[in-house]
Amino acid sequence: MTAAIIDLAYRPDDLVAEDIDAYLAGHAAKSMLRFITCGSVDDGKSTLIGRLLYDSRAIFADQLAALEADSARVGTQGANIDFALLVDGLAAEREQGITIDVAYRFFSTEKRKFIVADTPGHEQYTRNMVTGASTADAAVILIDARKGILTQTRRHSYLAHLVGIRHIVLAVNKMDLVDHDEGVFAQIVADYAGFAATIGIETFTAIPLSGLTGANVTGPSDAMPWYRGPSLLAHLEALPVDDAREAARPFRMPVQWVNRPDLDFRGFAGQIAAGTVSVGDRVRVVPSGRITTIATILGPDGARQVATAGESVTLTLADEVDCSRGDVLAAAGDPPQVADQFVATIVWMADQPLAPGRGYWLKLGSQTVNATIQPPRHVVDVNTQGHLAAPTLALNDIGVAEVYCDRPIVFEPYADGAELGGFILIDRATNATVAAGMIDQPLRRAGNVHWQSIDVTREAHAAQKGQSPRVLWFTGLSGSGKSTIANLVEKKLHALGRHSFLLDGDNIRHGLNRDLDFSEAGRIENIRRIGEVARLMADAGLIVLTAFISPFRAERDMVRGLLPPGVFVEIFIDTPLAVAERRDVKGLYAKARAGEIADFTGISSPYEEPTDAAVQIDTTGRSIADCVDEVWAALVADGYLEA
Amino acid sequence: MSGLTHLQRLEAESIHILREVVAEAANPVMLYSIGKDSAVMLHLAKKAFAPGRPPFPLLHVDTTWKFRAMYELRNRAAEEAGMKLIVHRNPEAEALGINPFDHGGRHTDMWKTEGLKQALTLHGFDAAFGGARRDEEKSRAKERIFSFRSAAHGWDPKAQRPELWHLYNARLHKGESLRVFPLSNWTELDIWQYIVAEGIEIVPLYFAAPRPTVERDGMLLMVDDERFRLHPGEVPVERSIRFRTLGCYPLTGAVESEADTLSAVIQEMLLTTTSERQGRAIDHDQAASMEKKKREGYF
Repeated sequence: MTAAIIDLAYRPDDLVAEDIDAYLAGHAAKSMLRFITCGSVDDGKSTLIGRLLYDSRAIFADQLAALEADSARVGTQGANIDFALLVDGLAAEREQGITIDVAYRFFSTEKRKFIVADTPGHEQYTRNMVTGASTADAAVILIDARKGILTQTRRHSYLAHLVGIRHIVLAVNKMDLVDHDEGVFAQIVADYAGFAATIGIETFTAIPLSGLTGANVTGPSDAMPWYRGPSLLAHLEALPVDDAREAARPFRMPVQWVNRPDLDFRGFAGQIAAGTVSVGDRVRVVPSGRITTIATILGPDGARQVATAGESVTLTLADEVDCSRGDVLAAAGDPPQVADQFVATIVWMADQPLAPGRGYWLKLGSQTVNATIQPPRHVVDVNTQGHLAAPTLALNDIGVAEVYCDRPIVFEPYADGAELGGFILIDRATNATVAAGMIDQPLRRAGNVHWQSIDVTREAHAAQKGQSPRVLWFTGLSGSGKSTIANLVEKKLHALGRHSFLLDGDNIRHGLNRDLDFSEAGRIENIRRIGEVARLMADAGLIVLTAFISPFRAERDMVRGLLPPGVFVEIFIDTPLAVAERRDVKGLYAKARAGEIADFTGISSPYEEPTDAAVQIDTTGRSIADCVDEVWAALVADGYLEA
Repeated sequence: MSGLTHLQRLEAESIHILREVVAEAANPVMLYSIGKDSAVMLHLAKKAFAPGRPPFPLLHVDTTWKFRAMYELRNRAAEEAGMKLIVHRNPEAEALGINPFDHGGRHTDMWKTEGLKQALTLHGFDAAFGGARRDEEKSRAKERIFSFRSAAHGWDPKAQRPELWHLYNARLHKGESLRVFPLSNWTELDIWQYIVAEGIEIVPLYFAAPRPTVERDGMLLMVDDERFRLHPGEVPVERSIRFRTLGCYPLTGAVESEADTLSAVIQEMLLTTTSERQGRAIDHDQAASMEKKKREGYF
């Protein structure tokens, strides 16, 4: 390692040697700022972060030695140190010379501790940047001084603003390559100001710098005497953090966990999302609306009188009110809203596109509900911010869509706060996190549609008919024998004097659902409507039989979830594909094989087998009567039907 | 109103993470390796669930080669927290007598990597807290706080779930599990600072004292018990040493030091110009060694 490089390695504060206790006391009082850097490899982003770490002396001598060796081997800066190598982490990406995910770096100065979220600049950009930005207080947007405002500058700025970052720093990089020219900088700032106003960015700070030479990164630069503002680091040290703003809002704490170590203590644990809370404050449990008083506050160091936004606490209440995970404790006079339908901006993060109408888990604060997303009202072109029409959302798409939850949730518009305004969507089959969402507003109709209270109840309808309502859901491949068996089971029910109704393809596809096609979205909506009709009929006290391929587990589970426990009975007609295809009663398999029918289950579209069907039967080589008898016997034996 | 300090923000975040796992996981466990990071994590767990006890056990994946002082603190710390302590030793490694003198890398593979997988499977834990920090090593900088592992305990960097705001996805299929890192955003200095502020007990080996040592391959090793194999002509020499990180004693290098108080240790740490983990032999492989180990299931 050369002497010049050793000289630039980590060097501790003088106070460390002189008075360690004073140093530690100072360090303990530091605030923390989290920021994200936005830009592509070409903008010199990794170089800038490497330079910040390097100039703030967060790099040790041994790390520098490794860096020097790596720079010589795979670096792009000739004999100089390639700072980008400090930041690029995983083995694969180091070889390819690109970063592929969100990485977090740490450094501190005398004034502040910093966490930097670094995100890559290629096609996964939207997903990664939104992830990194979601926890950031500030965004540093890099511009190559030679190129000015580019499409990607607009994209980064739009995303930073979308996620609600209030401090935007425009880092005009590579000033050394434009002769440190003031005119170039002024033109870029003017161009950016014009653009920023159009997307709602009210203020930003522009700094001319060079990550390569270090000019205006951590200290002033002799090369640009015309610039009198702070260096990038000095600016980041001085930015106000948002604690005070959060603390000034009305109190909200999502209940994360109920702490019941013994019969004498019942505490509600959570991290305060907004506002402050004091012993004796009146609070409301939302959504139930019950009002009570804060009895005690337990902070990390014991009993307290007051706690504020950002702190993790345990609260006890003066009254024995019903309150559990998912509820929100809020200022009694100013509670958050409750709704089951709202409009949200959704960022899609999975390879598999959004399936409109399908159920996803929606997690917001400590609440998890089942939610369906409507086809987007529009998708945003992140480069031009124009609105486009699209039937769904694909990876890295950002769209505005209506979200319907299966029960009301407690929320705030995202603009008021991320803690109760931001949510994730989770695929119910794979458990992957597939999207992030930000609530814009509740749908007006959510507040206006109230369930009509009905005097003749579901139970009364059923009692009048002397039977327990059921939805016998037959599922299986085309030609498996669903309709035939369902039809004969209904005949038996009818002969026994039971009140029943059979829903199948003919009376549904030709009427109620004749507007639907056989695309995935069409199939999902088909099953949703059938599920709703079956629910109404079951509420009327009927035994409903349905015979649909219903190939997707998620939709069958959705129908199960619509009905009271035990009403939905899944019957899997497990006839193998080869047998069903050989039967080919309607000639459909032949057409599908010939490519005349798209999305045909078993041929060009998957069938997801039930994992917990009440009855499962393979009809291969058996008589119809035999199969019907077996299904009937199984339903009776398990108590689903009375013989 | 003055805002929270960085340590208060970190503490609040860690407590939130600990509680979230307890609320969502079926059978969580805390990996307890007896080092300073484990000590901080255990301390945070006590705070998160006060006035009750942390509602999960501690798990120590033992190699039988830790320092004696570590075993002593381990047993006492678990007892004081009122938590169940599960000690797992890979029976296969035990039967084969795997040790750091004869078996090199296999020692870590069998005792730690395999031992951990065995213990998680044996007890059916679906979430395991670990004390790793993002500032420790490059590949850790991208680690999620909730790190998803397949049923075979494998880590696929491409299959990790995006983490937005403070929303963590803890949903699992049968057999899959999570490793959860509540200290992800802490730095080494934060850990030390918190130990000072909270008066957290750590293994005395972090403080300098005269100890029997030998110098081997440029590392100062402590002769902690009679199992240490001295080379011909090698005689233990008493030196004033301390340790920056703790692991298996024949693999953990000491530094010569006079720092026998917390302030002095932190001072020395801050005045040192090489990175923390140099004392541990596991990282002396190629640059991407940690990522490779993680893919195989190392914590």
